[in-house]
Amino acid sequence: MAAQPRHIFAWRLLVFAAALTPIGWWSYHVAVGAAGPEPGRYLLLNLGQGALVLLLCTLSLTPLTKLTRWKGFSVIRRQLGLWTFSYASLHLLSYLLFILGLNWTALGEDLQKRPYIIVGALALLILLALAVTSNRYAMRKLGKRWKSLHKWVYAALCLVLLHFLWVVRADLAEWSGYAAVGLGLMLLRLPAVAQRLPRFGGRPKRARA
Amino acid sequence: MLIKPRNHLTLGENDVTPESIYLSRRKFLGGVAGLGLAASLPRAAWAGPDYDDVAKAKGPEWFEAKLGDTRWNAITAEDKITPSDDATHYNNFYEFGSDKSDPARRAGQLKTVPWSVTVDGEVGKPGQYALEDLITPSRFEERIYRLRCVEAWSMVIPWLGIPLAEVIKRAEPTGKAKYVYFETLEDPKQMPGQASRFGLIDWPYREGLRLDEAMHPLAFLAVGMYGRVLPNQNGAPLRLVVPWKYGFKSIKSIVRISLVESQPKTSWNMLAPNEYGFYANVNPEVDHPRWSQATERRLPNSLFSPNVIDTQMFNGYAEEVASLYQGMDLRKHY
Repeated sequence: MAAQPRHIFAWRLLVFAAALTPIGWWSYHVAVGAAGPEPGRYLLLNLGQGALVLLLCTLSLTPLTKLTRWKGFSVIRRQLGLWTFSYASLHLLSYLLFILGLNWTALGEDLQKRPYIIVGALALLILLALAVTSNRYAMRKLGKRWKSLHKWVYAALCLVLLHFLWVVRADLAEWSGYAAVGLGLMLLRLPAVAQRLPRFGGRPKRARA
Repeated sequence: MLIKPRNHLTLGENDVTPESIYLSRRKFLGGVAGLGLAASLPRAAWAGPDYDDVAKAKGPEWFEAKLGDTRWNAITAEDKITPSDDATHYNNFYEFGSDKSDPARRAGQLKTVPWSVTVDGEVGKPGQYALEDLITPSRFEERIYRLRCVEAWSMVIPWLGIPLAEVIKRAEPTGKAKYVYFETLEDPKQMPGQASRFGLIDWPYREGLRLDEAMHPLAFLAVGMYGRVLPNQNGAPLRLVVPWKYGFKSIKSIVRISLVESQPKTSWNMLAPNEYGFYANVNPEVDHPRWSQATERRLPNSLFSPNVIDTQMFNGYAEEVASLYQGMDLRKHY
């Protein structure tokens, strides 16, 4: 990685630590028996929700950069994207280990029959494609196509929200909150909206799509 | 391994569970409880099984007075009993929130004394009964039942209460009565989950049974668990326990019992009829549209062993209840 000012490095390190903290916290809860009678499900749900929060955070970075002109938001974008993928992968792993008990037949059935599992798997596949093309080499290789590929993150967001909606049983309050934030972030990327974003600090500059 | 058909269906009021069966498994103070001598013990002595991890709590006077005469272990299961801390802190009770830890955190404010239950519909003796008047004519029994949640997890819980059939008989159903309908308290001030604007359940929570199901000896009205009064989060002060059906049938904090002529509307069935049927019998062959019902996670489990076991037809009570559904297509009447 190219040399970077020390304060940028510290900021990145801070974000790294912050993103790691919830996993440590949940693991601690499981270790001391404070995660309830179904610790595997506790991890599964927290990791899934954590992945969604990270995805929304990642998607808010570009609008935040435009709003504030602070570079700090854009330098953690790849890192948060990779954290999103990590949480989502651990979420899948928890499902395989703790819910299915590594019963591959059951997984096969779920992948054929359960819509919420299917959309979840599709979302994870998209995130995987974005994660493996997040390095400079892939960016160079893909050139212009890189940007259109990475717009698929919004498709992943829609699938994740659908995945979540289909596991809700009786109360939509929490889901509605996430869906509202997700919808807001998508609206912010519409060119018509993006160009009208107010800017605080710095001189106006043509909005990039 | 699962069924323990010790002729419990033919036990009369005064029959006693064979001592050898439970003394080998469970700790009893003095071992006298099952011999019916408990009533003669001084009131202060604890005559029931010693669930040592249970947070003790004093119930209303009538409850404590009846406790000494309980038929402990009237029905048992070979399964290991779930630690009470798990059974009281991992609950689906949407009246208090949709997270499983919500009921234990938020149900404390529910006022369960005094409590009255409306008994009406096709009965000879309708009226509003104080809970104690509904319960005290019967003797307390302890029944250890498997509880299979529709979400594919299960627990094993020692309930305290009386057979539902006895309450129904005392209400004197008329010839027109074909179903029993139950309702939970509706009071958003005490039940914050009912105040949620994003809730999908149309309150009050409603459940129902066919009359012959309700009269079945296994159908139970619980007022306690683990040798003590019901904690609020588990459906205090009065809940249904129907062990061969998914947990959502076992309605909590009951304020109405109606005998009715036609099949009543029930909450989950109203919400998602393709997912939750009126019967909701535990059936490993009929999947929930969103997950398999072939197996269940017996709780508590751990990261290293998810404790996945095969789900039994009628939750292992097939021998007792299968005849209720003879000739019915259980794929259609799920």
